Amino acid sequence: MDKRLEPILDIHGLRTIFRTRGGEITAVNGLDLAVAAGETVALVGESGSGKSVTSLSVMRLLTRNVGSIAAGSIRFKSKDGAVRDLVTLDEEQMRRIRGNEIGMVFQEPMSSLNPVFTVGDQIAEPIRIHRGADRKSAMDVAVALLDQVGIPDARRRAGQYPHELSGGMRQRATIAMALACDPTLLIADEPTTALDVTIQAQILDLLLKLQRERGMGMLFVTHNLGVVAEIAHRVAVMYAGRIVEEGPVAEVFRNPRHPYTLGLLASMPRLGDATRMKQAGEQLAAIPGVVPSLADMPDGCAFSPRCLYAIDACRQAVPPLLAVNAMHRSRCIRWQEVSR
Amino acid sequence: MLLALSMLIFILLRLTPGDPIDAYIDPNIPMSPEQLAQLRSQLGLDKPLPAQYLAWLQQAISGNLGYSIKRQDQPVLDLVLSRIGPTVLLMGSALLIAIVTGIVTGVVSAVRRNTSVDLAFSVFALVGISSPAFLSALIGLYIFAVRLKLAPSGGMLTPGAEFSIGDLLHHLILPAALLSIAQAALIMRYMRSSLLEVLNQDYVRTARAKGVKEFWVIAKHALRNALLPVVTVIGSTIGLAIGGAIFIESVFNWPGMGLLLVNAVETRDYPVIMGATLIIGACVIIVNLLTDITYAVIDPRIKVG
Repeated sequence: MDKRLEPILDIHGLRTIFRTRGGEITAVNGLDLAVAAGETVALVGESGSGKSVTSLSVMRLLTRNVGSIAAGSIRFKSKDGAVRDLVTLDEEQMRRIRGNEIGMVFQEPMSSLNPVFTVGDQIAEPIRIHRGADRKSAMDVAVALLDQVGIPDARRRAGQYPHELSGGMRQRATIAMALACDPTLLIADEPTTALDVTIQAQILDLLLKLQRERGMGMLFVTHNLGVVAEIAHRVAVMYAGRIVEEGPVAEVFRNPRHPYTLGLLASMPRLGDATRMKQAGEQLAAIPGVVPSLADMPDGCAFSPRCLYAIDACRQAVPPLLAVNAMHRSRCIRWQEVSR
Repeated sequence: MLLALSMLIFILLRLTPGDPIDAYIDPNIPMSPEQLAQLRSQLGLDKPLPAQYLAWLQQAISGNLGYSIKRQDQPVLDLVLSRIGPTVLLMGSALLIAIVTGIVTGVVSAVRRNTSVDLAFSVFALVGISSPAFLSALIGLYIFAVRLKLAPSGGMLTPGAEFSIGDLLHHLILPAALLSIAQAALIMRYMRSSLLEVLNQDYVRTARAKGVKEFWVIAKHALRNALLPVVTVIGSTIGLAIGGAIFIESVFNWPGMGLLLVNAVETRDYPVIMGATLIIGACVIIVNLLTDITYAVIDPRIKVG
């Protein structure tokens, strides 16, 4: 994060736990992350790394009686300038922030829209709730939003039901819904994962454009490193509930300093790779082993069982986030030896 | 549908032991075998069964369901039509009670899942579904009418008294409530499981992420979707309720179709049995049609036509 900018979202020491039949598991363990206004931060990791749980924790939308925030603070700067810790807010205070100051876009455009209400009604709803607008003027705003997110013939589309729209259009509609009240922070939880590749690019362009126009902060959750390069300023790589490396996107991609990030980048195919690799008899690199179960974490560094660099010291204590430089940090005690 | 139903009833009736002529004649007037044979041919009962059915069908299509054997002056159609009103009133009230209590308890159970309230409602539903109408009717009659004297034990109106809505409701409430038990229990169970499923859907989370109040998340976003399968169940419980209504009407002496049918069966009044079953069957078909139409109205994904 640019030090001159005050963050609008500042997560500190977040610990989110889940109660399961097998006991308590820690899905997010001591996470620090900040997002400044106008900045896009990508949170990257495999499924189960805790990235979606982090976004749900910020929204306080964890399933009741199952998931809960056990420790940490989530300081959020409201439109009126007041900074509050979302963890301590009551349900009603939190409700006034959701959809109003923080918008959220989910992964599945098919199932995240309600099938029995029109698209226009669903976009107009947050405007009516948070701004007290009447039906008609809220609907006018909804139509304008649909137009902004690039849906042609917006007036007619607003009167249609979700099943009458294509997947890409539905995701545009959910983005319009998330932006309805001009939030200062947008959380996008894998917004392109469920879409066709050509549509993915369109949605990314749209998010990028809207984020610049509105100067919003954006927390972009994804497992796709290719997407990160296109959209984010900064990236935080998560593994087993912890951030293992973070820094400016260009820096982390060019000069990864954690073996896990290194593995992720190596397993990402690039254009032209296939031909070259076929000729050289190479295979796409894969990280050996599997992600450890959250209920059965190894001692020390969670990545050590899969790590080629692991030494005894790695298995004794969880490494701290070490500064590679002023902007770049890695949770690896041997970061100096790790490089491409 | 109705044709198949009428054929089935016709065959079943003739398979039961006993001769329709025995029901027709007055046992106190001795008749010679010749006289009986003459009466048989006069009534068409000497013809083969298919011919008898076709003769009945021909008349039925033109709106003549025949005449009651026991009450010779009464056309079956008039008899049946005069009984539809009370039955519709009884079943309609029961359905209304069942829908309201079933949906309310189902929603509360789902929202307060795994609490003592949920457990209590679920036990109530289990008992409701498991107790047959004749049993709950008799127990209800004993407790509320005989012991507590909260409601009259039978009839639709106080004999001799002037007609009043209050009097009618006073007579209606107990049989309607008892009739609604099984339906309410069934609706509650479906409502609960349907809502639990919907509450896990992504669009419910989306609604919360928009800042919708929790009450409206349930009452608007979740309930509208959860009601879809429940509407189907409500439609099919009406068929079930007809069976219950026959018992309730006999126990409470309610002058409806059920009582008419039971009396007709007891006295082997074949034309009345045929006519009443046919009309009940027609009603069930109409109700199912209405259910489908309702479904299309509340679910935009289904287009009528």
